[in-house]
Amino acid sequence: MSTLKITDLKVSIETDQGTKHILKGVDLTLNEGEIHAVMGPNGSGKSTLAYTIAGHPRYKVEGGSIELDGENVLAMSVDARARAGLFLAMQYPVEIPGVTVSNFLRTAKTAIVGEAPAIRPWTTTVREAMKNLRMDNEFSARNVNEGFSGGEKKRHEILQLELLQPKFAVLDETDSGLDVDALKIVSEGVNRAHDTTGLGILLITHYTRILRYITPDFVHVFVDGRVAEEGGPELAERLENEGYDRFLVDQPAGA
Amino acid sequence: MSTSTTDSTAAERLGIRAHSDGPVVRASAAPASFVPVQTRSERFASVHHADFAEVTGFEAEWKLTPVDRIRSLIDGELDGSAYAIMYPEVEGTTVEWIPRDDPRIGTAGTPEERASANAWTNFDNALLIDVSGEVETALTVTRSTLGDAPRAGHTIITAQPNSSALVVLDSRGGATLTENVEILLAEGAHLTVVSLQEWDAPALHLASHFARIGRNAQLKHFVVSLGGSVVRVNPSAHLAEEGSDTELFGVYFADADQHLEQRVYVHHDAPHSRSRVTYKGALNGHGARTVWVGDVLIAHSAPGTDSYEQNRNLVLSEGTRADSIPNLEIETGDIVGAGHASATGRFDDEHLFYLQSRGITEEEARRLVVLGFLSEIIQKIGEPVLEQRLLAALEAELRAVA
Repeated sequence: MSTLKITDLKVSIETDQGTKHILKGVDLTLNEGEIHAVMGPNGSGKSTLAYTIAGHPRYKVEGGSIELDGENVLAMSVDARARAGLFLAMQYPVEIPGVTVSNFLRTAKTAIVGEAPAIRPWTTTVREAMKNLRMDNEFSARNVNEGFSGGEKKRHEILQLELLQPKFAVLDETDSGLDVDALKIVSEGVNRAHDTTGLGILLITHYTRILRYITPDFVHVFVDGRVAEEGGPELAERLENEGYDRFLVDQPAGA
Repeated sequence: MSTSTTDSTAAERLGIRAHSDGPVVRASAAPASFVPVQTRSERFASVHHADFAEVTGFEAEWKLTPVDRIRSLIDGELDGSAYAIMYPEVEGTTVEWIPRDDPRIGTAGTPEERASANAWTNFDNALLIDVSGEVETALTVTRSTLGDAPRAGHTIITAQPNSSALVVLDSRGGATLTENVEILLAEGAHLTVVSLQEWDAPALHLASHFARIGRNAQLKHFVVSLGGSVVRVNPSAHLAEEGSDTELFGVYFADADQHLEQRVYVHHDAPHSRSRVTYKGALNGHGARTVWVGDVLIAHSAPGTDSYEQNRNLVLSEGTRADSIPNLEIETGDIVGAGHASATGRFDDEHLFYLQSRGITEEEARRLVVLGFLSEIIQKIGEPVLEQRLLAALEAELRAVA
């Protein structure tokens, strides 16, 4: 039974206006197979949490800990975290000139598993996964994210999720910018990964829309760098009806 | 860091006859006045060094080149004697030195700048590489002992009718060299020429390649520049007869303080000729500098032309500069296609983060990006042993980055 345990996490970033404290003590525990939704208004620190787990150098950890099965994640490099079983589906994945999707996927799989996958079965696996996500075969010959539409980028993120088979995945606003059809396809992919590999999911979203397709076991409401409220799926429904206003009474707008 | 890219102007896209080269000094003009060149085909050309005006470094031809580092080649005295070469016996090919008054010399092109003319004025013997028949084995001619004294060189490669071959000009060691290379393809010949610059770090090398491509002949030409301090290789291809075809490729990797330049000129001068120009480069380290200029002229005489040129640069660090200047000049509207593209982008921390977040180490991430980018050109050579060697050379360049 794998566990991702976040304890009293405090994170800041450097801005032109000086140090900005974003996460102010976050506690969150994910167990294998659990789906947690992290919801909250813009600027509440949701994406900071995602990128801090992945190890983006911009985010400075001021205190607290992140542990994966008792191992100190914060001491690991970005690539070591991925090899330990963490995955971040990014909101704005960057274009990588000169690297084809097929080359990228095989290199990543090789890095995660520790040896190159046998070519023929791997090719079949990739083709099957792409078909499930309604991605055309010619996609694998394109450069990573280069000229991809918003929907194609998100599908490509979920394709990696399905192929790399991490223990825990953080989905950073994977629903943003998707039309209903694309949202369904992407959600199917996430559910497939969950059902087949026992993936634990931290689903970060501003809207409740994606929760119609991916049912969370727990919902955490983020406000001003802390978890303001926690509950089951019914909390998401309440947010759908009421919005975030009641959490923001003591906060300036947009904080 | 500064990078620059230039794309077509609206006038160029509409085929309006205006060349975007700046003014150049016309040596024949008595007063030292600037006369804009209207078309590339009318650019001044001569085999005599003295016919060209002094190089100031402001000329269109030279303004992106560190002329002070190569004065000895532009104006200095040059040793024009034959030098040591190594090559295997390959059936269907001959390699020999011929005197400068051989009638074949001067049939492919004429120098358009002073360093090229200096080489032409000063060479004593020319290296002739002749190809006849269908040659299966690659012919590699290696020179590695030129030394540091300023030299002039002249090479002429002739491909007989319906012959086919792959010729590699492999340059290593030290050099202070300015040279001209003539490439003549007779009817139906299929020739691949790979010009490999793997010089030692201090080397200075200026080269003009003049190719004349005959009826239904095809030239594949590669410029691979990795080593040397200043390396400037300017290939021009004259698509002189109907159905002639050329693919001009280049790959370069500039390290700190290294200047790698290539000025490509494709002259469509006959019906139904086709050209493709693809150059890709990487830059790493302070003072790494690359220049790519791609001129394409589609003459009145070339209806049915199909042409495309592109340049891509990948910037790996701060303190580099890549100039990329495509120029397209169209004199006839009756063409199949003509286009150009240029892009200079950088490999940055976000690329690194993305690849690392998928488990790929930093070193592997850089290797992946740069090799992926440059190997596209290498793979077009079609000679597995050479391709493997060049990929290994690129890996060695990358290890210096890590």
